[in-house]
Formats: sequence, C-alpha cells, structure tokens
Amino acid sequence: MIDVKHLTKWYSQVLAVDNISFRVEKGRIVGFLGPNGAGKSTTLKIITCFLPASSGTVTLNGLDVLSESLAVRRQIGYMPENVPLYEEMRVREYLTFRAALRDIPAKRRPAAIDRVCERCWLSSPEDMTRRRLGELSRGYKQRVGLAEVLLHNPPVLVLDEPTIGLDPAQIRAMRELIRELSGDHTVIFSSHILAEVEQTCDDIIIIAGGRLAAAGTPAELRQRVAGPSRIVAELKGAAPEDIAKGVEGLAGISAVESSQHNHWTRLDIQAGDDDPRKDIFQLAKTQNWDLRELRRATGSLEDFFVQITYEQSMRTDRAAG
Amino acid sequence: MGKTFSIARRELAGYFYSPLAYVIGALFLCVCAFKFAPPPGFISGSREWFILVPHQQASLRTLFEMMGAAMVVAAPLLTMRLLSEEFHVGTIETLMTAPVTDAQVVLGKFLGVLGFYLALLGSTLMFLVLMFIFARPDIGVVVMGYLGMILLGAAFLAVGLFASSLTRHQLLAAAAAIVILAFFSLLMSPAAAHLGEPWNQAAARLNAMNYLKSFARGLFDSRAVVFFLALTGGFLFLSIKMVESRRWR
Ligand SMILES: Nc1ncnc2c1ncn2[C@@H]1O[C@H](COP(=O)(O)OP(=O)(O)OP(=O)(O)O)[C@@H](O)[C@H]1O
Ligand SMILES: [Mg+2]
Repeated sequence: MIDVKHLTKWYSQVLAVDNISFRVEKGRIVGFLGPNGAGKSTTLKIITCFLPASSGTVTLNGLDVLSESLAVRRQIGYMPENVPLYEEMRVREYLTFRAALRDIPAKRRPAAIDRVCERCWLSSPEDMTRRRLGELSRGYKQRVGLAEVLLHNPPVLVLDEPTIGLDPAQIRAMRELIRELSGDHTVIFSSHILAEVEQTCDDIIIIAGGRLAAAGTPAELRQRVAGPSRIVAELKGAAPEDIAKGVEGLAGISAVESSQHNHWTRLDIQAGDDDPRKDIFQLAKTQNWDLRELRRATGSLEDFFVQITYEQSMRTDRAAG
Repeated sequence: MGKTFSIARRELAGYFYSPLAYVIGALFLCVCAFKFAPPPGFISGSREWFILVPHQQASLRTLFEMMGAAMVVAAPLLTMRLLSEEFHVGTIETLMTAPVTDAQVVLGKFLGVLGFYLALLGSTLMFLVLMFIFARPDIGVVVMGYLGMILLGAAFLAVGLFASSLTRHQLLAAAAAIVILAFFSLLMSPAAAHLGEPWNQAAARLNAMNYLKSFARGLFDSRAVVFFLALTGGFLFLSIKMVESRRWR
C-alpha cells in the first residue's frame, strides 16, 4: 500500500531522515516510534505530500507522492503535529470548509459533519460545534483535527502524535477509535510512548536519529529484543551450589546465576537457541528436587527502546563534539 | 472552481472577524473623507486640495487619486496575512495536504481579499451620495473612476499577496509589498521628471498613478487596463510559483 524507498531528507544542512525504507500493508495499524528529533514528523510530511524528499521515493497504491500528488492527497487524511487550526472559525464552519476542500458534495456535508462530530466526541456529551476554534482547549482541538481527518473517510490516515495532550479517558478512547478504524483503513501514527504503540499497533517502526532502528510486529520485536532465551527457575532440595552446578552441566546452558529466596534457590539461566526447560525439569525429577517456578523471561521492548534512544543521543553528542 | 470559492469565502469571512481589517478600512475611509470634506475651520491656504468646499467647483477627480495613494499602504496591510499567517500558524500544512492545487489556493485568497476591498470601495459610495446632493458630478468620471479603482485595487492586492507568499512574518510581507508598490507609484513620478530621454518615458509608463489619473478624468484608457491586468496576472503567477516552490524545496 505505502512504499517508502531509500527516503532521505535534508533541511539545508540538517539531515533529518537518512535512507529509510519500509512498507505498510493495507488495513494495518502502524506505529511510528522514536525519540524527539528522530525524523518521524518529517517522514510523515513527505508521505502526505507536504514536503518533498531530498532523495528516495514514496508511493501510495503505486502513485508517486511527487508526480501524482493530488491523487495521493485524495486518499490521505492527515493530522499534523499540534493540530494547526484557523482560530477565528467555529468548529462546524471549519469542518464545512474542509469538507468542501475534500470534494464532499454540498448536500452530503451536514450529514458527514454530524457523523464525525459524534464519533470524535464533539457533539455529545457537550455540544462544541458552535465554539470558536481559538477558544477550545488543547484536547478539543485535537478532536477537531481528528474529526477533520475522518470527514471524507479516507483509506489512509496519517496522524502525528494523536494522543498527546489528551486526558487518560480520551487517550483510551482514541486508541479504541484507531483500533476500530483498522481493516478498511490503513493507519500510520507517531508516538513517543512505547506502551501505547505496543497495545494499538499491528506493526511497529522504530526510528532514531533519522535511521530505521527496527521494524516488525510487537511480538517479533519482543522476540528479537529477548535474544537468546533467558530462563528463570526456582528449586529446593540440595545445597544451592550443587543445584547451580547441576543445571550448569546440562547441554546448551551458557551461564547460571543463583540467589537465595528463603530456602529456595533462584536460578537465572542464559541458554542458547534451544529451550532447555524440559531438561531442567527432568534433572529436578531425577535428583528429587522441588520445583516451583520454571519460565522464559521475555525481554522488554521498553529496555530496547530506551537503549535505542540512548544510542541516538550518544551519536548526536559525538556528531556535535 | 468550487474549491477556489470555498477558500475565497473563508478568507472573506476572516476579514470580517479581524479587528485589523476594520481599522484599515476605517483609516482608509477617514483619509478619503478628510480629502472629500474637511472639518470646518480646517481650510486655510490650499483650499483647492479639498473637494467639497463652499464656493468652489467640486471635482471627484482628486478623490480617486487620493484613494489610489491610500491603497499603497492599505493594500499591503490587507494582504499581509493571506499566506504569511498560514505559514506562521502552520495551517498551510492542512491546506496543502488537501486535494487543492496551488493555483486554487492563490486565486481563492486573491478573490477573498478582493471581495473585502470591493466592500470597502462600495462604502465610499457615500461620498457620491453627498456629491449628488450638493453638486452635479459627471457620471462618466464616476463610472470610470470606480473602474480605475477596481483595476488598481486588484493589481495592488496581487502585489501584496505575492509579498505574503515570501515570508511567515506578516510585517515583513507588508513592508515588502509597500516597497514594490512605492516603486510602481511614488518613485516613478520623480524618476520621470529627473531621468534622461528613454528612461523618463519608461518611468511614466510604469507609474500606476498616471493610469489612474486618466480614469479619474473620465477617460477609458485601454493601455491602463492592460497595465493593471498585466500587473495583476503577473503577480498572481509569481505567487503561484512561490507556493509551488515549497513543494520542491
Ligand atoms: N523546518 C525545519 N528546518 C530545519 N530542521 C528541521 C525542520 N524540521 C525538523 N528539523 C530537524 O529535523 C530533525 C527531525 O525532526 P522531526 O520533526 O521529524 O522529528 P520528530 O521525530 O517528529 O520529533 P518529535 O518527537 O520531537 O516530534 C530534527 O533534528 C529537527 O531539528
Ligand atoms: Mg514530531
């Protein structure tokens, strides 16, 4: 659906996006994750035909964003970062204006506006449609921006940090709304918050310092992060050293750390690619040890993300120094 | 075409919400009113400068010249927000990612400010009403004078719109437009007076105020029409190119 190939963007002397390639399939929800200044907004602006790329191509359904810009823009609903709005207009007036720009025939505009106002919590519980945009609170501006994006029911939605500035209830509502949109809509949204992306998205694209750091489904990434498996076991029935030594003797185990938890010996085991849990269980059975816990520890994406962010700041420090 | 009018209507409505537009409009009318009928006791030496003065033949000609000169400042102040504000607030991002062409954006904005200008020009008709009460003005001068003002206004607003496409700072846009307009009006009369042979001719040809003068005498000057239309078209074209260039930079 969306094909980004070797995308690079220079802002005069600043390299904002550095040779990024990825592909977004139809109907997927894609989370665009990265620390501040990673180049998320820049990439989204290029996909939505607002900025030209310095090199590389972006196509949507085979349409090039540069040469077939109008056709691409018809299929995209874009909510920019910070949701810029015309302060002096009223909500309904603004949506009517946007509907006209979006090729919605005059007769169908009121119905379309009612639909999105309802969906984005603008008409109920409190009717905000007559308020001036300049007088709305941050969260309500965000909702107007979202309503605008949904007006013409575009197949592709591009949302730059849609949940920033919302209250917790609204964040949850926004996530649910994004989930509801999946299937017949392709959604790309950016965020700094890993948990949010992990819960909402089918695919995650992590960028840092303008480069693609990782991409895949949350499960794939988690697996990649966990690396060679780590196993936690708690055993009792022999001296801690003996237990540790016994487990260390099994095939495919590279390191064992043990600690005491009132009479139980807790082992932190680094294993290779093969899962040694069955062997550990067999060992406990033959040695007649008690076993109360035996599990694979999954590495956290959070750690991975923090590490990437850290690496980016190291890189920029070095570039600056 | 529909989208052009949607943009124009939004822009026009924006002027009626904007306090600045009212201030500019009011100042424009005040300047013209002062010229038209000076406050009692104000007339001293040069009574000929004013229009509606007892025991003096009233002529609308100088009123149109006054309006033309006022537009050198009024037009840039009216147009400065057109694109600069969009750049500054960031609404340009939603506008340019909607399926509208650059020409639709520029023309829509131009028609919007032209609409406000026509409303402003319409309100100067009150001077005419007074004129018809107290005197018998020449209908030809009235019709041609207003035609001239519409053409001059369109050209000046196009210049202002172009200046607004250059920068995100409204005041810079206004200053740039005033400089360009001063070149086409105030600067050209001393140039025509002082320069040597071929250049003074050219300077006279480039002076918008000269063209307005012939309309204000009640004459239909086709060269003047061509001059104003060329100025309008040229600067609208440049504005479109400026907006377009943002897609390539
Ligand atoms: N208009 C601009 N001119 C010059 N440099 C820019 C411009 N916009 C962005 N940059 C630079 O490009 C880089 C990427 O910026 P971008 O806005 O894409 O980051 P981001 O991932 O959206 O960050 P954030 O999470 O803070 O929104 C940054 O280093 C930024 O300073
Ligand atoms: Mg951003």
